[in-house]
Parts: sequence; C-alpha cells; structure tokens
Amino acid sequence: MSRRTRALLATLASVPLTLFGLVLVTFIIGRVVPIDPVLAIVGDRAPANVVARTRLELGLDKPLPEQFVIYVGQLAQGKFGSSVMTGNRVTQDIARFFPATLELATVALVVALGVGVPLGVLAAARQGSWVDQVVRVVCLSGSSIPVFVLALVALLVFYATLGWAPGPGRQDVLYQDGVPARTGLLLIDAALAQDWDSLHDAARHIVLPALVLAALNTANVARMTRAFMLDALSSEYITTARAKGLSTTRVLWRHAFGNILVRLITVVALAYAGLLEGAVLTETVFSWPGLGQYLTGSLLNADMNAVLGATLVVGLTYVGLNLAADLLYRVLDPRVA
Amino acid sequence: MNTAWLLTDAPASRSQAAWGRRYRLWLLFRRNPMAMAGLIVAALLVLLALAAPLLATHEPGVQDLRARLQPSSAAHWLGTDELGRDVYSRLLFGGRVTLGMVVSIVLLVAPFGLLVGCIAGYAGGLLDRIMMRVTDVFLAFPQLILALAFVAALKPGVTSTVLAIALTAWPPYARLARAETLAYRQTDFVAAIRLTGASPARIVLRHIVPLCLQSLVVRVTLDMSTIILTAAGLGFLGLGAQPPSPEWGAMIASARRFILEQWWVPVAPGAAIFAASLAFNLLGDGLRDVLDPKAGQ
Repeated sequence: MSRRTRALLATLASVPLTLFGLVLVTFIIGRVVPIDPVLAIVGDRAPANVVARTRLELGLDKPLPEQFVIYVGQLAQGKFGSSVMTGNRVTQDIARFFPATLELATVALVVALGVGVPLGVLAAARQGSWVDQVVRVVCLSGSSIPVFVLALVALLVFYATLGWAPGPGRQDVLYQDGVPARTGLLLIDAALAQDWDSLHDAARHIVLPALVLAALNTANVARMTRAFMLDALSSEYITTARAKGLSTTRVLWRHAFGNILVRLITVVALAYAGLLEGAVLTETVFSWPGLGQYLTGSLLNADMNAVLGATLVVGLTYVGLNLAADLLYRVLDPRVA
Repeated sequence: MNTAWLLTDAPASRSQAAWGRRYRLWLLFRRNPMAMAGLIVAALLVLLALAAPLLATHEPGVQDLRARLQPSSAAHWLGTDELGRDVYSRLLFGGRVTLGMVVSIVLLVAPFGLLVGCIAGYAGGLLDRIMMRVTDVFLAFPQLILALAFVAALKPGVTSTVLAIALTAWPPYARLARAETLAYRQTDFVAAIRLTGASPARIVLRHIVPLCLQSLVVRVTLDMSTIILTAAGLGFLGLGAQPPSPEWGAMIASARRFILEQWWVPVAPGAAIFAASLAFNLLGDGLRDVLDPKAGQ
C-alpha cells in the first residue's frame, strides 16, 4: 500500500471517531439541561404516576451509558424525536428548513468567491501598493462587522429608505406555495416549474440576505487568496515565466492563479461552513425560514430534541464539507501525501 | 529619552537583551499606522469601560418613560432608548460587560489550549493522538452553533456565554501550540536541556511554552474580535447577557424594532461592537506583522 493510500485511509478512519464525538457532545448537552425532559412533555401539573411512567417510557431511569447506547441506536435509525414546538418529527422539520439555509448559503458563497477571489489576486499582484492597503482595510472591516447589525442596516437602507429590496422573508405572500417543492430550493423549483414570476420574486428576496451573509466570508476568501497568491508568486517557476517574457496577466492568472486553485478548495469548504454559522444570525433578522431560525426558535423554547437535531445536522454538514475538501485536495494535488 | 541602552549591539545582561528586543519590535510596530490606530482605540475602549461610572451622565438602568426614543441632545448625548434610558451611559457600561466577557474567556482558554498543545506535542505517541482527536471533535462543530447548544443547556446569561465560548474556543490554541512544540522538540537546544537532566515538565514550562507565547499573543488578539462578535451575537439572539443588562448585542435586540424610525437606538451599540472588533483586528494584524512575519505575508 502506498503512502498516499494509507494517508487517505487514515483520514477516512478518523471520520467515525469525529462523528462519535459529535454524538457524544450532543448527548451530554441533552442530559445536562436544567429542564426536566419529562416535565417538558407532560407539564408540571401532571400526577406523579404519569411523570413516573413517562420517565420509564423515555428510558431516563436507565444508567447513563445505557441511555447513550439507546440514543446512538435511535440516531442511527434516523429517529431524532419530535419537536415540542412544531409537533412534527424533528427530521421532517429539518428537511423543510434546511433547503432554505442551503439556498441562502450557496448564493452567498457564489458572491463571496466572485468578489473575494479577484480582490485577493489583485492585492497580491500589487503587494504593498495602495490597492493592497485598501483591500486589507476592507477585509479587516468586513470581518469586524457583526452580521446582524449589517443585516439591520441593510434593511434600513435598501428596504425602508431606498425601497430597492423587498422586505424580509423568502417570497411574497402572493407566491407562497405557488410552485411544487421538488428540491426545496425555491430558485430551482421555480425554474423547474417554469414559473418566471415566482423565480423573479424569489431572486429579489434572496439578494439582500445573501449579500449581507457574504460580507464576512468575502473578507476571509480575499485574505486567503492573497496569501496563496503571494506564496505562488514568490516561487521560481514564476520567475522563469516572467523571464520568458510572458505578459503579466498571463503569469498572474494562468501560472500563479492556476496553481492555487486546488488550495482554494479548502477555502470554499471553510467558507461554506462559516456561511452556515452566519446564517443563524442573518436568518433571524431577515425572517428567513431556514435551519438557523428553527434552531434559535427551538432554543428559546427549550425544545431540546429540535436543538440537538439541528446542531447535529449542522455538525454533520460541517464534517462532511471538511472531509470532501480534504479528499478533493488529495485527489487533485498529487504532491500531498 | 535615551534609547542607547535598549539599542546597544552588546547587551550586558539577559534582561537588557530581552528589553532591547522588545523595544525594536515596538519600533517596528509603531511604523504601522493602522496597527497603532487599533492599539489606541483598543486602549481607549478599555479606559472607557474602566472609567464608566465616572464618565456616564446617567445611571444605565434608570428609566424615564416620558423621554423615550429621543434623538441626541445636550441631556442625552446619544439619545434615549425605548425605556428612556440614556444610550451613551449604557454603551459605557456595556463595554464593561463585553470586555469583561472577552477577558474571562481569554484567561480561561489561552492557558488551557497552550498547555494541552504543548503537552500533546512534547509527549507525542498515544497521548498526543488522543488529545488531538478530542480537539478535532470540538473543531468539527461550527463555534456559534456549539455555543448556542451549550447555552441552551446551561441557561442564558453572561456566565453561560463565557463558558460556552470558552468551551468552543480553545482547540485552535491547542493546535497552534502543538505545531510549534513539534518544531522545537527536535531542536539541539532542547536536546541540550534534556542532557542537563531537566525534567519534561521543566522543559515544557520553562523552555517551550515561552517560545509559543508570541504566536499565541497574535492569535489571541485576533480572536478577541471573534469573541466580541460571538458574544454580541448570543446577546442579540436573547441567549447571552439578559436585559436589562446594557450588553451591546442585547441592546440591539431590544431596540431592533425601532430601526426604521429611531435608527440610532440600535445602530449606536452596533457601531460600538464594530469599533471594538475592528480595533482588536487591526491590533492583531499589526502584531502578526511584527511577531510572526511568516504568517502575515
């Protein structure tokens, strides 16, 4: 077995361990809640025998390690329990809310890459110049703005004052449930149904939250692109390319940028993960019906099944993204052992 | 000021050499205007927070329902909020809450991460693998989400915010310290110290930890702005500091419904969060250029 295959297997072998850790952490969080899960279900006026019976049904009388095994078993069967708040199974809720977050994060990612990568390349090409300084200040400011403040100000300026953007939410009431939900991603569903009005409405609604959400990540993407580019530009093959008399643009984009593409994959995975996180706050301000809003809503109602389910799903997505980036990186760059 | 003693090429004592080095780094740092701006603003924020009771014009919690949502005036420099409380005074006291949380988190997290990383890196083998696996699990969660879940379990408040962010913030320090330790472990000077009979504890605490401090300081300063943002985010979601605490995030949450009419009420604390976060970002960025030039370029 080559060194490469072994490293690959080691990466894959670490995944179950990480997943185990994820589940263990959510289990521990679920057990240290100061609110008695039994009382949350039956209410605090239930007679003692009902409380005792529910406790038995929930398996809360068993020792903790046994409870953990049962918990893992249920998760493996996809049983996340029911949400007290919505009354649905948590998996159903997540299936309904997750696409909205995914859609928002994806559009934001496209924006972040579209703006951040050119900015980073530009800053690296003119290292130390005023362009570089401006990009640096923009990046630092971008990563210092609290996303919820930016969201509020964006609503104030573009919705309330200028009237350019539609209000909060994912679509106008007029278009609500207008297209059949095939993917849950409104933009794609509307396009599939060839309902162009609905598509236009959904697109109008996503612009502002996506831009707000992208702000912080644009800064990160630009900063890392700049670092990678500086690294590439200082290598000897670039000197060779320049010595051959190639144009600056060609050296910059084809020789230097072409070589950092693989490393940018990691950035994309990280950015996606950061977007999921930022979505929690952005969704709250924009009343975007996504996983973030579901999570905070259930947090405030102490709906622990929903909280843990949503946390687990976000955690899994995060692990999955990192793993995908890691594997892609290894496949695409033969130098990585 | 005579700086010859600091800048001499032939320091006569160890402390003279150490101070000379620090002074040279300071001279380097001083040349960066953005970093200096960050330092000044950060120092100013700390001073304002410390002197809040002296500088405040009103009690931060006193309500005056007849003077709700007023624009800025001579009596209320930044206007009043929805309960007629003075926004300027609340911002000052909110600075105490925010900086207090930041300092407690850093004091909990930095030494812990540093020790875990140095021990794992120096010990190697099974211990290293176990410790790094644990850090990986914590790194596998997005920080805000994990903090949210912890706060939900503990119950919202300043203490839970500090604990939750601390629980999620230490792994990067452990990683950083481990990477540095691995680099130092094989060096000749560590071998020499080992030959003199120094115990592993002494090698780690007296020789390796001090060497890791520089990059740790850079990382901590940059992280302070993340901590400020996360704490404010938790406050905004109603899971951090609870009203009537003048925490900036909580202030925005309770005033956000006035954004269209009396926009200054939520925007003022927003600007405070931005200023604090930006100050630490600029400072950390400048420190990195001086202390850790490899990482910055």
